[in-house]
Amino acid sequence: MIRTLISATFLCAASMTQADTLKLAVTTSFENSGLADVLLPAIEADLGIDLQLLVVGTGQALRLGAGGDVDAILVHSRASEEVFVADGFGTHRSEIMYNDFVLIGPKSDKAQIGATSGAAESLQRIADAQATYVSRGDDSGTHKAELKVWQIAEREPATFGSWYNAVGAGMGTALNTASALNAYILSDRASWLNFKNKGDLALLFSGDPVLFNQYAYLPVNPAKHPTVQYEMAMQLEEWLLSDKSAASINNYRINGETLFVFNGQQ
Amino acid sequence: MFPLCLSNVSVARRGKSVLGPVDLVIDQGGPTMVIGPNGSGKTTLLRVMHGIERISEGTAAWAKPDHANHAYVFQSPVVLRRTVAENLSYPLYLIKYAKPEINTAVEYWIERIGLGKVANRSATRLSGGERQKLAIARALIRDPKVLFLDEPCSNLDGQSTREIETLLLETAAAGTRIIMATHDMAQARRLAADVVFMKSGRIAETGLAPDVFDAPKTSELKAFFKGDILE
Amino acid sequence: MNDISQGLLAALRLIVTFDAELWEISLRSLQVSLTAVIIASAVAMPFGAFLAVQRFKYRRLIISIMNALMGLPPVVVGLIFYILLSRSGPFGVFGLLFTPWAMIIVQIVIITPIIASISHQAMRELWAEYHDLLISLNTSKWQRIKTLIWDGRRNLLTAGLAGFGRAIGEVGAIMIVGGNIEHATRVLTTAIALETGKGDFALALGLGFVLIGLALFVNISIHWLSRTERERRW
Repeated sequence: MIRTLISATFLCAASMTQADTLKLAVTTSFENSGLADVLLPAIEADLGIDLQLLVVGTGQALRLGAGGDVDAILVHSRASEEVFVADGFGTHRSEIMYNDFVLIGPKSDKAQIGATSGAAESLQRIADAQATYVSRGDDSGTHKAELKVWQIAEREPATFGSWYNAVGAGMGTALNTASALNAYILSDRASWLNFKNKGDLALLFSGDPVLFNQYAYLPVNPAKHPTVQYEMAMQLEEWLLSDKSAASINNYRINGETLFVFNGQQ
Repeated sequence: MFPLCLSNVSVARRGKSVLGPVDLVIDQGGPTMVIGPNGSGKTTLLRVMHGIERISEGTAAWAKPDHANHAYVFQSPVVLRRTVAENLSYPLYLIKYAKPEINTAVEYWIERIGLGKVANRSATRLSGGERQKLAIARALIRDPKVLFLDEPCSNLDGQSTREIETLLLETAAAGTRIIMATHDMAQARRLAADVVFMKSGRIAETGLAPDVFDAPKTSELKAFFKGDILE
Repeated sequence: MNDISQGLLAALRLIVTFDAELWEISLRSLQVSLTAVIIASAVAMPFGAFLAVQRFKYRRLIISIMNALMGLPPVVVGLIFYILLSRSGPFGVFGLLFTPWAMIIVQIVIITPIIASISHQAMRELWAEYHDLLISLNTSKWQRIKTLIWDGRRNLLTAGLAGFGRAIGEVGAIMIVGGNIEHATRVLTTAIALETGKGDFALALGLGFVLIGLALFVNISIHWLSRTERERRW
């Protein structure tokens, strides 16, 4: 009886390892948007590949690509992506779509960030009011976007007091923390709309072009890592830039709101 | 394999002497009863003879060493956490007897010690007397030439003691050399052919049973029989 | 409190509707953790018995190290194996990173010291009980180890279950080396982390209750199996 149990377990374990799959590292914000649930089945149906998503921050996604542990990455941090390609880890970078970041905060909005001329001014007001704020602080694309806006706002997060909480975690965890602290936070729109633990938080500011968030697809360079599935990665890129993909992305809505705008170069 | 010669044997634990120096020759015959007060070294002497005690000085040697032909019954019987039958088969299983042989031997002994009804019960649930009988049967199942027993009847009631003594006399009659420690003088008189009297880690007196019991030579043995407290 | 009752409801709903994804990740949790426990036990249990039976120079040191390794932080184990198993790491050629085998490997590393330590504890007590008899019967080292393992099998089962409990509830290490890939390496604990991240506490809690239920189910069925065995024989 024990022997059959052992062999059964080994058989199961053996069947768990599959060979012909494409591993794609994506950012938390992309996964949280729910768009993957629409695109994945279509990709699998059209291309017949088993696409496996590794949901990580942009920083880790780039590391995974550099290590050859994934075949391609889909991230949103232009400067790091360009370094990635320049270092030879990726063959090229192709833009797929963009969404935007939004500023979330308590409904009472004590820092008055809702009615400003731009995102930078909103952050200035938060800093001046020393209103509780949660930052991703995890070197992710969202974190980098936030830092960019602080720079425009001419404020230095390193000098901030205890009202500024860098949690060093993914979007969901950071939103949970913000919800618990009733704090301000910068989130991508998709994660926010799909987030189920909103509590007393509300979307207070959006629409500044500085908050636009460009997603790009980068296949890992087979010259660096011969084991990567480059051909399959190129098939996927072709699909992502297709009309069908454009339609799926543009038509994806949560609560009637459009999340992504396709802007790939076909 | 006889005789066993102990010459100038000492045993020390953590620098404290617990036995010896001791000189003794064990030849065929018996049963031999090792008597003496608590802490006089009876157990250590038996363990030295059985070869499971580290000797600090001297030698203990059988004419022809054959450990497989020894068996030892400990004062508090070691019972394997198995069934009664499995306890009995264990020593034979170790020396790779064939299954039918093992079964025959187990059936024989289990009936002989009267535990047939509980053959497939856990041995850990047996009473003290049953455990001791099981331990003796398990020691005898390999048909040893020498059987050591360390106070096998301490803490047992009269009925169990009688059964065990009968078993031991039958075993001795069948040719097994019995060497047994006991502090029960009545039992020693019933079983002994010869006697080893120990005191303070040394052998104080030896002799044939009638001589020793009826005419002890040393003052220590006289005092021991009288029931004096010996230091 | 409301969240907890909603979690219970979510768990019930998932179970009653035979949710396909729930089945998949629950089965994978079982497969990964049971495989890890079986492999770890095959090493740890004889090792624990060996440490009880054999005296040698560095025995005490090894026991201390083994006990200390029980507190091995899973995240660190995960990170180390991530680096080792990465395509650019020394074992990259096997392509194990982000497969269930990677998760099994880190779980083995995490639970082997636990199983070995508890086994050693149990074997040491049994050895104290059996020592004189087994020496007297002139048993070989291997016979002693076999006897201790067989007669102490119920205590060893407890050691195995302790390892299983740690393995099936572990998230830090398997998240790093498994990657929480849907339909490939997602298990109950990583799914809970994911749903918590999405703020869907009810679903996360529901999965949590399923996890607790699964752990209980395995424990109870193994105890039940060992009891029926005992009743049949004794």
